[in-house]
Amino acid sequence: MTGWQKRRGPVAGVATALALMVLASPSAFALDPREQLKDTKLEERARGLSAELRCLVCQNQSIDDSDAPLAKDLRRLVRERLVLGESDAEVKTHIVARYGDFVLLKPPFNMHTLLLWMTPLLVLLATLAGLWWAYARRRTGSAGPAGGAALSGDEQRRLEDLLRDR
Amino acid sequence: MIVEFGHFALVLAVLVAVYQMIVPAVGAWRGDGRLMQSGDAAALTQVMLLAIAFAALTQAYVVSDFSVANVVANSHSTKPLIYRISGVWGNHEGSMLLWVLILAIFGAAVAVFGSNLPATLRANVLSVQASIAVAFGLFILFTSNPFERLSPAPFDGRGLNPILQDPALAFHPPFLYAGYVGFSMAFSFAIAALMEGRIDAAWARWVRPWTLAAWMCLTLGIAMGSWWAYYELGWGGWWFWDPVENASFMPWLAGTALLHSALVMEKREALKVWTILLAILTFSLSLLGTFLVRSGVLTSVHAFAVDPARGVVILGIMVLFVGGSLLLFGLRAADLKQGGLFAPISREGSLVLNNILLTVSCATVLVGTLYPLALESVTGEKISVGAPFFNLTFVPLMIPLLVALPFGPFLAWKRGDLYGAAQRLTFAAVAALVVAIATVAVYQRGPWLAPPAMGLGVFVMAGAILELAYRGKVGQVSWDEAWRRLTNLPRSVYGTTIAHFGVGLMVLGITATSAYRHETVVALKPGETVAVSGYVLEYKGARSSKGPNYVEETGELAVTRDGAPVTVLYPSKRLYDAPPQPTTEAGIHNSWRGDLYVALGDAQDAGGFAMRIYFNPLVRFIWIGALIMFIGGGISLSDRRLRVGAPVRARRREQGAAA
Repeated sequence: MTGWQKRRGPVAGVATALALMVLASPSAFALDPREQLKDTKLEERARGLSAELRCLVCQNQSIDDSDAPLAKDLRRLVRERLVLGESDAEVKTHIVARYGDFVLLKPPFNMHTLLLWMTPLLVLLATLAGLWWAYARRRTGSAGPAGGAALSGDEQRRLEDLLRDR
Repeated sequence: MIVEFGHFALVLAVLVAVYQMIVPAVGAWRGDGRLMQSGDAAALTQVMLLAIAFAALTQAYVVSDFSVANVVANSHSTKPLIYRISGVWGNHEGSMLLWVLILAIFGAAVAVFGSNLPATLRANVLSVQASIAVAFGLFILFTSNPFERLSPAPFDGRGLNPILQDPALAFHPPFLYAGYVGFSMAFSFAIAALMEGRIDAAWARWVRPWTLAAWMCLTLGIAMGSWWAYYELGWGGWWFWDPVENASFMPWLAGTALLHSALVMEKREALKVWTILLAILTFSLSLLGTFLVRSGVLTSVHAFAVDPARGVVILGIMVLFVGGSLLLFGLRAADLKQGGLFAPISREGSLVLNNILLTVSCATVLVGTLYPLALESVTGEKISVGAPFFNLTFVPLMIPLLVALPFGPFLAWKRGDLYGAAQRLTFAAVAALVVAIATVAVYQRGPWLAPPAMGLGVFVMAGAILELAYRGKVGQVSWDEAWRRLTNLPRSVYGTTIAHFGVGLMVLGITATSAYRHETVVALKPGETVAVSGYVLEYKGARSSKGPNYVEETGELAVTRDGAPVTVLYPSKRLYDAPPQPTTEAGIHNSWRGDLYVALGDAQDAGGFAMRIYFNPLVRFIWIGALIMFIGGGISLSDRRLRVGAPVRARRREQGAAA
């Protein structure tokens, strides 16, 4: 559990300082040299996969970054499956079958995450629609020919007063 | 005694804020000049009282007064003085006190420098500002009082989390808060404008410097946090898309959009309604950030449950202010009169594009941060939204923004010439292409997007320089004439150029270090060597030592390049006494090429240590870029035109005539 306090943003660090004092135990960092695969191609794939899998007992931290025992087990599992010759997708499927979608730092695209993945597009369309609407309203609406705002009744009267005074 | 004095000052400050919330607004409503004026005195009194309260708490920390519960929980007598002081805001209660102090400082600034504001606007702004102070003041007094005593007093405190005992982090929260809270000015002005039902260029001229100042502080605050994470956390990362980082990043994105839309409003009286909305949203995101971090709802569901009162109260404050202001906006926005029209291809058009992309990216970050929380509460299903999601959604939104950025300043107001702008940017495009090709040639690996992104960074930087050259007519007129033109350019032009240059530099740093970082994890015994990115590191051995409040194991690595000695790195691991906690201190050798970064791992059974060694190319550009953006903002802020507002005087005359 010691990996995750390092990973908190600084302000969170402040907020969780007390909790950390209880949880902290002297240890260092994630990946141990002994865990690495000899085959550099496979090892590179393992690192890539590790960065996309969540350490389940940590806060928003990948198993690549965490030194929790569970993360270590998962890293070993990833490498075992890769050595067996599985593709990246197969390894992920295997791990999701065990731990659920929660383990994926990039959530899958399905009915429950539809809104999440569509957010950028929806907000973009909404802003463009708003823009188009405002633009259309301006062209047909109250704006005068010179683009100046119309005067209110009060202002019109004052303008007339001023002109009369001259 | 001093502590009680501070406590009393805090209570008084809240009472003064209640007065300031009600009386000036009533004065503005009834047209009573004396009531409106009394807001100034209230704002100044409030800031003095809060300064006293803050000084009292600081004093308790400096002398290690362990009869104060807050000091016990967050300080320790062996801590160096600077961290005893930074400990004041290194905890929930103290940081909230800092929050309201900064809020009051901004309010007092309106009272002191606001003499050229219309009286009713000033009164209403002070009232809105005070209403925020009342909400947070009561929050502190009733749920998070830093002045509570402890009896019997323990002999020593529990100490500050050692990873927070760091110079960059000591000043990270004040800057971050100055940014968060600084956006309250834009908010207060927006609400005041809605209350009055009118808004003009003078309004934008007033709001822009405050927004700019807040934006500068937030930029620097975020950069400091990121830099700290880089050298302190020990794995060479600088941004993790952590919910708490996102909490500060969202107001930054919205604030950046606000800076640009306020510009359109000031110069062209267009985008009024949008600018008001953006001002409300930016501060709402600041409140959301405060809520997310302070309630602990994101860091841990349990932290929320431990003290639900705090989270619920901040949530209540947030709902009240966000909901209330949006309601007022819905009711009054239609009354605001729209100003100048413009063609899609124009300076205004480019700034609208900037706003659209920043808003969409901000919404993406917002939904990504809150979605797991919402989904779990609705369906009970747990999902994770982490860095891979944000990289995939955020980056594609930034690319068009960066491509469009250099075009903006070359387009004229109202109707611009895109082809002409493109012609003037030819040199920048060529430079970008050269860099992109050179990147491919040098690295021959990494993602396909990286070389174009490197080119994009150069395009933005070169575009910024070309804009200056264009305005000075360099190459078209004599050197003397060009020099005269350049020195006569307003400072805000330099500010824009410098800030945009910083953005480009940051893009270079982010791309290079993300795509071309080199990483090695090895176990080294004394005498063994490892080669990383052209450097050869020889592990000499490790030794133990004792610091003021920690014990330390330090490794020694001699670094050579092509046989010539470069430096000796001393990465270390510390174990602090109070509280007992390990930290890593990376050994970093920095050069323009990039950083060589060594983090010490666990001692190996077979002898020696595990080590993570990185080469992070151009990583410094990220923080240098942020610093340059900060400096650009500062230069823009020093522009006389931001301070002297001719339209403001005109409006005051008009009001004098009406009275």
